[in-house]
Amino acid sequence: MKNFITKHFYGDYGEIEEGGVSNKNEQNIAWPLWEVFIRSKQGLDHKHVGSLHAADAQMAIENARDVYTRRLEGVSIWVVESKNITASNPEEAGELFEPAENKIYRHPTFYKLPKEVDHM
Amino acid sequence: MELKKLEEIFQYKIDNEIKIEPKDWMPEAYRKTNIRQISQHAHSEVVGMLPEGNWITRAPSLKRKAILLAKIQDEAGHGLYLYSAAETLGISRDEMIDQLHSGKAKYSSIFNYPTLTWADMGAIGWLVDGAAIVNQVMLTRTSYAPYSRGMVRICKEESFHQRQGFDILYVLSKGTKEQQAMCQDAINRWWWPSLMMFGPTDSESANTEQSMKWKIKRKTNDELRQQFVDMIAEQVKVLGMTLPDPDLKWNEKTSSYDFGAINWDEFWNVVKGNGPCNKQRLNARRKAHENGAWVREAALAHARKQKEKNKAA
Repeated sequence: MKNFITKHFYGDYGEIEEGGVSNKNEQNIAWPLWEVFIRSKQGLDHKHVGSLHAADAQMAIENARDVYTRRLEGVSIWVVESKNITASNPEEAGELFEPAENKIYRHPTFYKLPKEVDHM
Repeated sequence: MELKKLEEIFQYKIDNEIKIEPKDWMPEAYRKTNIRQISQHAHSEVVGMLPEGNWITRAPSLKRKAILLAKIQDEAGHGLYLYSAAETLGISRDEMIDQLHSGKAKYSSIFNYPTLTWADMGAIGWLVDGAAIVNQVMLTRTSYAPYSRGMVRICKEESFHQRQGFDILYVLSKGTKEQQAMCQDAINRWWWPSLMMFGPTDSESANTEQSMKWKIKRKTNDELRQQFVDMIAEQVKVLGMTLPDPDLKWNEKTSSYDFGAINWDEFWNVVKGNGPCNKQRLNARRKAHENGAWVREAALAHARKQKEKNKAA
C-alpha cells in the first residue's frame, strides 16, 4: 500500500535542515522556528496563527504573547517547534481526500424527506 | 510531474482565486518575487521604527508616549509576521537580515527622511501609514497565502496608527500659531515622499506587470497613488491645512484629484542610498544586530543547558 503521508516540515524547508536555519556557519546562533497556536477564548479550539523564532519553549510562549496577543486575541498559547510538525503533501491531496469526495450520502442534504418531517 | 503540467496547475489556481500555500509548487520567479517583496516589506516595518523611536522620550505627554510606544511595538510585530511569511518560501531570517545590512535588500525610502519636530509623528501616522494602508488593504488579497494572512492581521492593527497620526495633527491645527505652523511644515515635508511610497509610475515599474498577472499585486502603483491622493485631499481640509502642490485640483471628469509631477530624480536618488538618513538608518540597524549577538548566543546556550539538565534529571 502506498503511504500517503510523508514527513514534511511546515513551510518549505528540506528534511535535514532545521526550521529556518539554512545559513550553516551561523547555525550556532540562529534560534529555532516555532509554530504558534492561540485559543481566542475559553471554549474554542487553539488555532494556528503564525510562527516565530525563540531559543526555547518558554521564550517562544513569551514572544508569542508579545507578537500575537497584543490586543487580547488569546487566553491560551501552544507552541511547537516547526521541525516536529508532520504535514500531508499537497501533491498527493487528490488521492488523500478522494475517498471523502464521492460519499455524498454522508451529508444530510442527500436525503429528500417527505414534507411533514423535512426539518429532521 | 512534468514542469508544464505544474505550471498549468499553478496558473489555474491563480486564475480561480485559489491561494498558493508554502508547499504548493510555484514558478521560481514567483517565489523570488514574493521573497523580494515580503522581505522588503518586513525591512520597512523594522527600519520604520527608527524615525519614531527618536521621539519616544520627547513626546509631549505620558499619553502620547504610551501611544507612540504601542505603535512602534506594533511595527516590530508587523516586521515579524512578514519575516515569518517570507521564511515559508525557503529563505532564512539571518539571510534576510544580512541582505538588509549589506544593502542588497531595500526598504521603503520614506524612512530615509528625518523627523524634525513632534508634528512629524502626526504626519507619519496620517500620511506614511495612510499610504501604507492603501497598499496593504490591496495586499490582503494577494495570491501567496502566508503573505495575505499576515496582511489581514497587519491591516487590523494599522488603522489605529493612521488615526493617532491624524489626531496629533488635529490637536496641533487647533493650537497656537506656532503649533499650526509646525503642523503645516510637517505636511509640506512629508507629502511628496508619501506619494513616492507607491513606487515608480506604471510605465517605469519593472515588476508591476508580472506581479499583476500572478495576483501578487491587484492594483498598479498609479491606481493606488490616486486612491491615496483622493483620500488625503479631502482629509486635509478638516485640518484647515493645505497640501504643497499648486496643481492639486478636483477633476469633474475623472471624479478624482489631479496632482502635480513627482520629482522622480529625488526618489531614485534616495533609493540609491543618497537620502538624508540612509547611512544613519543602516548603521543603527547593524549596530543593534551586532550588539545583540551575545544575547542571542547566551539564550541559545541557556536553552541547551536546560535541555541537558532535564535529560539528566
